Order: sequence, then structure tokens, then C-alpha cells
Amino acid sequence: MNWLTNLVRPKIRNLVPKKDVPENLWVKCPSCEHMLFRKDVEKSSMVCSRCGHHMRLPARKRLEMLFDGGNYTEIQLPVPAPDPLKFKDLKKYPDRLKDAQTKTGEKDALIVAHGWLAGMPVVVAAFNFDFMGGSMGVAVGEGLVQAAEVAVQQRAALIVIPASGGARMQEGILSLMQMARSTVAVQRVREARLPYIVLLTDPTTGGVTASFAMLGDVTLSEPGAVIGFAGARVIENTIRQKLPEGFQRAEYLRDHGMVDLVVHRKDIKSTIARIISIMTHRDAPSELAPAYLSTVEETDSPLPLPPPGDPEAAARADGRPADPSDEVSEDDEGPEDPTQHGDK
Amino acid sequence: MYFLDFEKPIAELESKIEELRHLSDADGLNIAEEVGRLQVKVDKQLKGVYAKLTPWQKTQVARHPNRPHCIDYLKALFTDVTPLAGDRVFGEDRAIIGGLARFRGQGVVVVGQEKGDDTETRLRHNFGMAMPEGYRKVCKLLDLADRFQLPVLTLVDTAGAYPGVSAEERGQAEAIARSIDACLDLRAPLVSCVIGEGGSGGAIAIAAGNTVMMLEHSIYSVISPEGCASILWRSGGMAQQAAEALRLTAQDLLEFKIIDEVIAEPMGGAHRDRAAVFASVGDAFERHLRELGTLDGATLRQKRREKFLRMGREGLA
Repeated sequence: MNWLTNLVRPKIRNLVPKKDVPENLWVKCPSCEHMLFRKDVEKSSMVCSRCGHHMRLPARKRLEMLFDGGNYTEIQLPVPAPDPLKFKDLKKYPDRLKDAQTKTGEKDALIVAHGWLAGMPVVVAAFNFDFMGGSMGVAVGEGLVQAAEVAVQQRAALIVIPASGGARMQEGILSLMQMARSTVAVQRVREARLPYIVLLTDPTTGGVTASFAMLGDVTLSEPGAVIGFAGARVIENTIRQKLPEGFQRAEYLRDHGMVDLVVHRKDIKSTIARIISIMTHRDAPSELAPAYLSTVEETDSPLPLPPPGDPEAAARADGRPADPSDEVSEDDEGPEDPTQHGDK
Repeated sequence: MYFLDFEKPIAELESKIEELRHLSDADGLNIAEEVGRLQVKVDKQLKGVYAKLTPWQKTQVARHPNRPHCIDYLKALFTDVTPLAGDRVFGEDRAIIGGLARFRGQGVVVVGQEKGDDTETRLRHNFGMAMPEGYRKVCKLLDLADRFQLPVLTLVDTAGAYPGVSAEERGQAEAIARSIDACLDLRAPLVSCVIGEGGSGGAIAIAAGNTVMMLEHSIYSVISPEGCASILWRSGGMAQQAAEALRLTAQDLLEFKIIDEVIAEPMGGAHRDRAAVFASVGDAFERHLRELGTLDGATLRQKRREKFLRMGREGLA
């Protein structure tokens, strides 16, 4: 504007040495907006210590968390299809792909790896939401097919972790066909009688939800994850009403019978390990303490073993609740009246 | 007859012919020559316009209110149609109709999406947008087909699965996933035909077949042009551009080897000569059923799965 702002101000600024504050020392929780110390949040696997919000994780972080010692062998996936439709919206598809590749350092939205989980062979396919919204095109479909093939070859369980907005529009009808393709992948694992575990994370929507993600032998979800078929905005435009509280959240899906278990991030590995070990007739993983249901109501996360010497623990260890009142719901309605059953 | 924007010149000519016919009726004048001349002109224009429809125009034809719908095909092509309602879990969804029937003498299971023809029937069939119950009904019917070794014929015509709170509550995504699963698990022939609109997951849920055909002016897409425009162009008004970009015409899909056959429509679209389009669709169904009929259940399932596994793989380096 004038010499004061253009010349003098920068000069004054240069006189005062800038304090060296790393930009990413603090993280703002996207849910409660609390400022969190980055190191602390990283230690708790990006779960907000204040409100428990589970922040999104890149695919590699997921692999590190699941595989023993964070060690895994990545399966090299084929390079993405070279723009089969010659698709162009405001930007050309190859340019969008290149941007996403630069931003994430990955070739496409899916990473597939094999290795050991609590000493058991597993194949994990994890989505990167940062890569074009985790959208499923031919390359992602191919990754799922290969993941299933490796699982069958190695007699390993297949774990898929979607984080995806759905089909990749830029690949048009070819992306829609990945719904059928990924379903065939699931069928191969199923027919080999190997466990297929789905861990739904924020967000899982559209064509991804409406195919392999809803076909798990066991469907787990992280707390608060948005899971659904149609986007909330589309639904709001259709019904022209406000959506119900907690709509399309993991807990909502569980309460409507669509998700087996909502699991806190810190318990995911142990929960998956327990499930696979039982499904495949293995002994309980030695590094995991047996888990017990705390109350009848609290079935979300198996709790760790109570400290030794706890009298209740001994009673529970043989499968019986220590106190019969454990089986009564918190509503405390007293003994159930048999006449209350039936149609109301 | 309802006329689309680009059919306006044709509509004018046809109303002129109609006027002339009235005149000749009233005055006893012989104007057959003039009518004939105009008719030739109409045919020429129809042929010209329909030979080079843009993707957006095809989208409009595919959604044409007078286009024959699923129930019309059921009436024309099948006998002993015995609709079997309900999903045995929650309810009956009339957006998807299906049941046992005879197709040219052969017992089959038939499934299709019905949009309705007027306000009353559109509401009854929820504009062809199915709820989870609809897809669970499909699973029920495919299970019957599997156990009794009955070929399955499906008629695809939907803008998409219904996006609503109740649909989400009852697991729309899971219902579609299971329906695709059931199609790919079936040990009997499965032949699908897109007769109008093949809208995304709601369409592929009943179209993962051994043979998938499309009528010449039908469309099949991962998302509607309007939806795509509002997401990628951030403007619903860019639907024409989106329709071009999505490559959603029957001809495009044949080129991509997503579908196996394009069934020619009568001049000026299926709505101009219903009997002709029923005959072509019927003949195509019969031809494919005869071919697939020689294969056993396990082979049919395996071939169907391999076909979908191949899709897009060729483009990978």
C-alpha cells in the first residue's frame, strides 16, 4: 500500500527474532475443539483425551497398530488404471490422482499388507481417506481382490479397514463394478472358511458400505464413526427434515442391529485377536489377558483382567457372575413380571 | 404422448399430420399424399435425432414418462406371473416386484424395479427407489431360484436406492451388499436387462448377472448426472457435462465390456413402439437363457464371478 507497510514493517519484523514455535506442537480436537499436546495425542493413537473423539488415521498408522511389533510386508499393488474414461470435471482425473499421490505419498487409496497379529497370520487392507476421500476405483478393487487371494493362499484371516466416501466417480461405471468385484473377493475368503473381519472407521459411506464393508463375519466399528449408505446432505434434501441425533454414527448402527461391536481404538487389536483366535480354534493369544464382561449392559469393549486378589474375579473366571444383581439391567425394574411379556 | 425438448420439431410435425387427418375426415378431401410426405419427414427427423442423442438426451429418454416399465414387460413377456411379496423381516416394498413366472413356457424367477406411471402408482412403487426390504426380498427370491434351479431374469429401472432415515436405520447398505452377494452366489442362470435407468448400487444389486444387457437408449451409472454435477462441479446445473463425462450410455458400457449386449430400440425410442421393444427384449432373454441353460449351477456361478473379477483389470499396468 505504501512504504510504511511494504518496507518499514518487514524491516522492523526482521529486527525482532521470531520465536521458534513448531507449527504442529498442538492439535485441535475436531470434535470438542480442545487444544491437545501433539505428543500426548499421538501416544493415545489420536484419541482426544478430553472427549474421546477418535480422529482419522492414515492407513499406515493402522497397519502399525495391528501388526505385531508394527512389522508387516506390504503387497505391491498394480498402478492405478490410466484414466479409462478420460474424465474431466473442473480438473482432469490424472491431475487429481497426481495431487493425491503427492499429498499422501501413496499410489492409491488402499494399502494391503500381510504379517502377524498376536502370533496369527493376517492380511490387512486399510483405506487412506486422505487419498481422494478413500474412494474405490479399479485399483482399490484390485487391492481387495489380491488381499483375499493372499489370505486364501496363506490361510490367513482377512481384516479390512474402510475409510471411504464410496465409489470413485471419476472412474464411472468401472468403479460401480468394484462393488461386485470386492464381493467376489469376500466370497473367496468365506468359502475358504477363513475369518473376514471388518473394522468400520470414520467415514464409511456409499458403494463401499453397500458391498464388502457390510459383509464381514464380524463387523467392528470405532466409536463415533459415520457409517451409512446415502450422505446426510442427500437425505436431508430428500426428506427436508433435520436428521435424528447421532444419525449414522457407529453407536446408532449398533443400536439398529448393523454393527456387532463398537470398540475403543486402544482395544481394537486385542478384540480382533480374541475373535480370530476363537474362530480359528487357536489357544488364547499368550500376550493377551483374558477379558471379562463387566456388566450385562457394557458389552462394547471387553475389559482387562481385574487385579489379582479381587474376589469377584475368581468367581467370574468360571463364567458365573459374582453377584446375581449383575444380570439385572440398570433400569432396576425389579424382578420381571411374566405377565408383562407378549404383545403390548 | 409426452415430448422431450429435443423432440419439439417432431411433435409439431406430428400434430400437423393429426390436424390434416381431421380435415380429411371432415371434408372428405384426399390429402393422403400430404400426410405421407409429412410422415416421411417425421421418420427422417426421428431417425436423425435418435441416431445421435447426446448422453444427456439419452438420460432423458431413459427416464421418459411413457417409456415401458417393469410391469409392462411382466404383462407382455410372462405368463402365470405369481408375485411373492415381502422380505420376511420387516415389510413389503413395491419398488421391487418379483416372483415366480413362466417365460415362453419355462419356469423362472423374475425380479424388477417399477417406477409407476402416474401419481398414484408412482407413490405406491416409491418412484422405483427401493428400501432395504426390497433388496431383502430379492435375496429371498434368489434363494428360491437357487434351491429350485430356476433361471432368474431381472429388469433394472431405478434412479437408485431410496436415501432416507428409515432406509438407513434398517440397513440400506447391508441390504444392497447382501443382494449383490446373492446374485454372485446363485447357482442358476441370471440374465439382467437395464430397461431405463440403472442407478448406482441400487441397480447393480439386482444386475450382477451372467449376462447383462441394456436397451439402446437406457443408461447405467455410478451416480446420477445431477448428483455428480453437484459434487464435482458444485452445481446441479452442470448435469449435461456430467452425463458426458460419466460415459453412462449403453454404447459406452458395451465398449468397456461392462455389458454384453445392446438391444436396439424402435425408431424414436421404446415408448413409440412398445410391442416391438417387448419382442426384442423377449428374444434376447430367450437366446441367453438357451445358451446358459447348457451349464450346470457351479459353472454358472464361477463364470459369473470371473466375469466381474475381470472388470477393469485390463487397464492395470
